[in-house]
Amino acid sequence: MLVTKNITKKFPGVIALENVSLQIDAGKVTAIIGENGAGKSTLMKILSGVYPDYEGQIFFKDRPVHFSGTAAAQQAGIAIIHQELNLIPYLTITENIFLGSELVNSFGLLDKKGMQAKARSLLQTLDMDIEPDTIVATLKVGQQQMIEIAKALLLDAELIIMDEPTSAITESEVETLFKVIEQLRKDNKAIVYISHKLNELFKISDNYIVLRDGRTIESGTMHSITHDGLIKKMVGREIKPMQKEFANAATTELLRLEHICLTQKDKADKLNNISFTVNSGEIVGIFGLMGAGRTELLETIFGLHPKARSGNIYVNGKKLVINKPFDAIRAGIVLLPEDRKKDGLVLGMEVKKNISLPCLEEVEVTGFLNDKRESSLARKHIQQLGIKTPSENQLTKNLSGGNQQKIVLAKWLERNPKVLLLDEPTRGIDVNAKNEMYKLMQELVSKGMGIIMVSSELTEILTVSNRILVMAEGKITAEIPAHEATEDNVLKAAISIN
Amino acid sequence: MKLTQYKNDFGKLQSLIALLILCVVFGFLSDKFFTVANGLNVMRQISVNICIAVGMTLIIITAGIDLSVGSVLALCGAITAGLLKNGIALPSFNLFIGFTILGAILAGIIVGSLLGFFNGLVITKFKVPPFVATLAMLTVARGLTMLYTNGFPISSFPVSFSFIGAGWLLGLPVPVWIAAIIVIAAIIVTKKIKLGRYIYAIGGNENAARLSGININRVKIITYTIAGALAAVGGIIVTARLDSAQPNAGTSYELDAIAAVVIGGTSLSGGRGSIWGTVLGALIIGVLNNGLVLLDVSPFWQQVVKGAVILLAVIIDKMNSKNE
Repeated sequence: MLVTKNITKKFPGVIALENVSLQIDAGKVTAIIGENGAGKSTLMKILSGVYPDYEGQIFFKDRPVHFSGTAAAQQAGIAIIHQELNLIPYLTITENIFLGSELVNSFGLLDKKGMQAKARSLLQTLDMDIEPDTIVATLKVGQQQMIEIAKALLLDAELIIMDEPTSAITESEVETLFKVIEQLRKDNKAIVYISHKLNELFKISDNYIVLRDGRTIESGTMHSITHDGLIKKMVGREIKPMQKEFANAATTELLRLEHICLTQKDKADKLNNISFTVNSGEIVGIFGLMGAGRTELLETIFGLHPKARSGNIYVNGKKLVINKPFDAIRAGIVLLPEDRKKDGLVLGMEVKKNISLPCLEEVEVTGFLNDKRESSLARKHIQQLGIKTPSENQLTKNLSGGNQQKIVLAKWLERNPKVLLLDEPTRGIDVNAKNEMYKLMQELVSKGMGIIMVSSELTEILTVSNRILVMAEGKITAEIPAHEATEDNVLKAAISIN
Repeated sequence: MKLTQYKNDFGKLQSLIALLILCVVFGFLSDKFFTVANGLNVMRQISVNICIAVGMTLIIITAGIDLSVGSVLALCGAITAGLLKNGIALPSFNLFIGFTILGAILAGIIVGSLLGFFNGLVITKFKVPPFVATLAMLTVARGLTMLYTNGFPISSFPVSFSFIGAGWLLGLPVPVWIAAIIVIAAIIVTKKIKLGRYIYAIGGNENAARLSGININRVKIITYTIAGALAAVGGIIVTARLDSAQPNAGTSYELDAIAAVVIGGTSLSGGRGSIWGTVLGALIIGVLNNGLVLLDVSPFWQQVVKGAVILLAVIIDKMNSKNE
């Protein structure tokens, strides 16, 4: 059905895909497997026309194709169901399903009855007992996911790509989805199924393709491989013990979490009974796959979900109520958010103003901000962290990602924090800047701070952490000291095996 | 290092150049334009707009908007006038409270602050978009003004009160002094104290500001309160100048204030702008009004020209920020 030859996709500074060649057959379900960042979503975006510029060739139904956009891919018969929902909340189910391909009657008016009837029959195939004129916003997330699937069915696509389709739906809905996939397979459609849940893959897929570091590593039939074999192929690298210094044995407890839960409406808890401690002088790495609840955990500690949270937080042995970021900051807990551009920095402001933002008291003289003090404070941190900027007056948006991340760090260091919460501290920055970041982290903990680092990069977790916590579906599934941690046992704990 | 500095100044420079061009053109076309009397006249005319526009600038930098200032101006002017003239009389308690000039002015400013505070409260605690919250306040405050005045002007006050609007001090009209003090105070607030920095940070990136531990709600409420108080000051000046509080005073003043802010280069999406720019914006509008009147242009054309200038200013600003 679909064959790719030597697909290569480069982003500035990164090769996302390198010579990827694969084959997807009609009447089969093909699982695509790989770690975070292995290149799965880039590949899917190329196949569905989101990225029109790439090297290599794609053959669809034996003809070479090159999609200029998502519409072209849809026309050719490729539909993608994204992990994030793309529905318009205040339109009805019918209107959503037919969005962009509305039926019209001979007067050019919308053929509402026709669309309604078609929508109803699509919903029936999906075992959904809902009126097609229901407003989408009133549906549960799982039901909305099914509407996405209905959209793909309407297109009557030959190839349907499903990116983590079960991440938000209930077990009975998964059953229905599998029935639909079964039906599609019988209709000789090709299905690409991406999921972190290996159990599902073994249940539904015929073939697998493993991607690693942007390359196709292996493909084969599902019944010729075991769970462990598959994980080994995903990780791939030689499994060797990491060399690391454990200079100061962790002693003083800085932060202790007890039974932290984060509940949400109509869905499973985002965080489920999380308890652990962070000691001074140690870096605790938190690994988990997408949606495991890592970011939510840091946010909860930082006081961003005061209403949905339960459980206790102790700082230096004292119980604290953290209801807003300032409570956390005052207690010496600071957060470097995952998306530094969206949450970490005021990009249109000068470097010095970003650095001084959480500690403006430091640059005040008799109630007025003092420019000289502010500049010298900024210069001190620019020098200490090796931030590359023409001056402290440069606008933050003109700096590179690595330097921006250092600014987010700098703005907290003036407050002498005790615990740093780092959410993907090296995402999107180059290798050199990464190593600098690691060195900084080591320096900080050697001064007695504690660090919690969330990361999707297994190598990073293994290199930097003194202790590794693995999360899956809002729970901590393993706690592994660094010297016992291998890519194998960490990844195994991260993949949910219900 | 100076690069960003130059760019910032360049935006203001543009407004300044536009202002100069306007002055040259009007000076060329009318021999009355370049006289001291006319210059002072323009300054006095824009001083009320500057009072309002300064508060508006602070709000717009936080990425908000305040449509209620014109009505708040009218209500506070009327309350000051009413208290000055009639005090508070509660016959059933056999109670009468008279107000000195200072007392009446303070009461007016307090009412303005409270209305602004209420705007801020609704916007932050109930998450009502600023446009809607202040639109509601626009109607409510106008209605209250009508209720308080019964729809009739409150007129003739002691000379010492009229001094605020019509008097002169050291060669300048008193309203110009008031506006100047407000402008200087606002420049200090925006450049030199924490509150100002927080206002810019919130408009630039509210998430980042929140995660930096800034109490977003408090900063916003303070900003709207300041805007309300400044609208009250404007109302008192207008009342004193006319020696009368008109129930329909200040109608559509909010639009002039927004125009001054926008022409001055403050971005409606927040995070960027300056008080100094707003002063230039108010001057441009003032000179434009004045020049067109001197040239005997019909008032209808004046409106068309004013609208075109606003549009032009924003388009130039957009093109600039694209080049950055």
